[in-house]
Amino acid sequence: MSILIYAEHDNKHLKSETHKLVTAATQLGDDIHILVAGLDCAAVAEQAATIAGVKRVMLADNPAYAHQLAENTADLVLDIAEGYTHILAAATTTGKNFMPRVAALLDVVQLSDIIGIESQDTFVRPIYAGNAIATVQSSDAVKVVTVRASAFDAAQEGDSVSVETLATVIENTQVTFESDEMTKSDRPELTAADIVISGGRGMQDGEHFAMLERIADQLGAAVGASRAAVDAGFVPNDMQVGQTGKIVAPQLYIAVGISGAIQHLAGMKDSKVIVAINKDPEAPIFQVADYGLVADLFDALPEIESALGS
Amino acid sequence: MKILVPVKRVIDYNVKVRVKADQSDVDLTNAKMAMNPFCEIAVEEAVRLKEKGIATEIVAVSIGPKACQEQIRNAMALGADRGIHVECETFPESLQVAKILARLVEQESPGLVIIGKQAIDSDNNQTGQMLAALTKMPQATFASAVEVEGDSLKVTREIDGGLQTLKLSMPAVVSTDLRLNEPRYAKLPDIMKAKRKPLAVMSTDELGVDITPRVTTLKVTPPPARSAGVKVETVAELMAKLREEAKVIS
Ligand SMILES: Cc1cc2nc3c(=O)[nH]c(=O)nc-3n(C[C@H](O)[C@H](O)[C@H](O)COP(=O)(O)OP(=O)(O)OC[C@H]3O[C@@H](n4cnc5c(N)ncnc54)[C@H](O)[C@@H]3O)c2cc1C
Ligand SMILES: Cc1cc2nc3c(=O)[nH]c(=O)nc-3n(C[C@H](O)[C@H](O)[C@H](O)COP(=O)(O)OP(=O)(O)OC[C@H]3O[C@@H](n4cnc5c(N)ncnc54)[C@H](O)[C@@H]3O)c2cc1C
Repeated sequence: MSILIYAEHDNKHLKSETHKLVTAATQLGDDIHILVAGLDCAAVAEQAATIAGVKRVMLADNPAYAHQLAENTADLVLDIAEGYTHILAAATTTGKNFMPRVAALLDVVQLSDIIGIESQDTFVRPIYAGNAIATVQSSDAVKVVTVRASAFDAAQEGDSVSVETLATVIENTQVTFESDEMTKSDRPELTAADIVISGGRGMQDGEHFAMLERIADQLGAAVGASRAAVDAGFVPNDMQVGQTGKIVAPQLYIAVGISGAIQHLAGMKDSKVIVAINKDPEAPIFQVADYGLVADLFDALPEIESALGS
Repeated sequence: MKILVPVKRVIDYNVKVRVKADQSDVDLTNAKMAMNPFCEIAVEEAVRLKEKGIATEIVAVSIGPKACQEQIRNAMALGADRGIHVECETFPESLQVAKILARLVEQESPGLVIIGKQAIDSDNNQTGQMLAALTKMPQATFASAVEVEGDSLKVTREIDGGLQTLKLSMPAVVSTDLRLNEPRYAKLPDIMKAKRKPLAVMSTDELGVDITPRVTTLKVTPPPARSAGVKVETVAELMAKLREEAKVIS
């Protein structure tokens, strides 16, 4: 078994998803290779090279890959795909964007967002917003798989392997990058944080999210949101937790002014401990909460802040 | 310009599914079915482009059992001009759906395919990307804004770190995210009119696409149950529980 992992990174830092994918890959075999594609990302490749269990790291460092656009990223993976039995990427917006193209061009199915590995060809994945868990077996020669990183532990650091540079450059002739608007935050990333505190429609407006942010800073937490809060423009889209947003599984998830719709639960119900703060005692979020506080959030949040301060 | 919009028949998003006792699949008996919410957003976007005079014709496609015609009629009530139903007993796998759509793209030569980013039943999020790869059209997934500028397309995408704007040559494939638009409701007269709009029925054989499954579902189980915990009365009690019982904060 030979496994290729597509590294998740932002050209500067390797993301923890990659370490988690290595753990997933070790359940498939021990010939694990990582591809790092981007621009000025040699440091990322060096970080990948020190993950325990990794045998080989390939670096494609070129302006053509600066934004990891789907078309030529998929073609780059296809260019080196021969010989691999499994190709893995994280089920992030990068992985979800290019991996189905790799599958289609290899004429194989993609196994999406897997949370478990039963054998070389059998995988476990949630369907219907996580209300059912399917065990599926693929008969294709190559398994193209996107992985829900939060379902796997991060691999440890180990001895460093050398980094090989790939010479082929594949340009994207159909799509050009215009601009991006990245949310800047000093807080941990939602999908990597040990503690997440999320606000919903009950927060009433974007300014009130400052109450969550202050608590987040006291706890070293990330701040998330429900779809309703994002749709209402309180906070940016990248904070949405749920079936169609980010999937998180922190040690502690605090839902504030969130009702607990199935689509929201799909994104957080694998958290270790769930706290819900809601003024409606009947809110469905209480059905999954380990600790529920029926209270007005505008009273409870300042109290939490001062309790943490003392 | 013609726009092709695939619409999938799925369980209504408000319904919580249950797993069959024999673990063979989920139980959809008598479940309320509807158009996949992301496909509704796709239809809406196509209709808006037509209202702006950019699109001239909207073709809605659904693949699956006969009942999928309900979702095609629904799309036509919302503004699609005609429908294509590719009839098969079950829902084909994503790659097969993409191959069927690729054949229709060959036949119809649309300037744009607007597709849902994800079907809320299988949660795969892959069909549009596969279609783009098979037809060599450029793709812009998870779109929250779409602007046609002559023969190119400017699309803003929702990505993990924020927003990204791309410029694509056309024809192209765009997949919809939640904030692209807010779909309208169909009006009664339009629902009546939709009944008379043309709907062609085809088979997968006619299109030459093999739909033999390549993925076998071994079992479908309920997720590990999470039971409700305790209610705490005060913030002080909550903090004490988190510190001393759950030990998740210090
Ligand atoms: C296709 C599709 C995909 C979706 N994907 C997602 C997704 O990924 N993530 C997601 O979150 N949703 C998603 N949704 C939306 C989901 O169905 C719900 O509409 C949404 O989660 C509701 O957000 P909310 O809980 O913040 O708002 P509401 O349901 O309006 O709940 C607000 C809660 O705040 C409480 N509240 C109000 N004021 C106070 C106060 N002062 N103090 C304490 N509590 C207060 C209320 O009691 C209420 O329970 C999706 C929907 C569809 C159709
Ligand atoms: C338990 C179980 C597990 C499965 N696991 C896998 C798996 O791992 N890999 C796999 O490839 N298949 C799998 N399948 C089959 C697959 O989920 C469905 O057959 C599905 O219909 C294929 O498309 P999608 O909904 O996944 O597409 P997505 O990529 O999630 O949907 C995106 C968009 O594609 C369009 N679309 C998709 N299907 C249709 C359609 N029939 N008609 C019109 N438009 C459509 C819609 O616009 C939709 O919004 C599984 C099925 C079951 C029952």
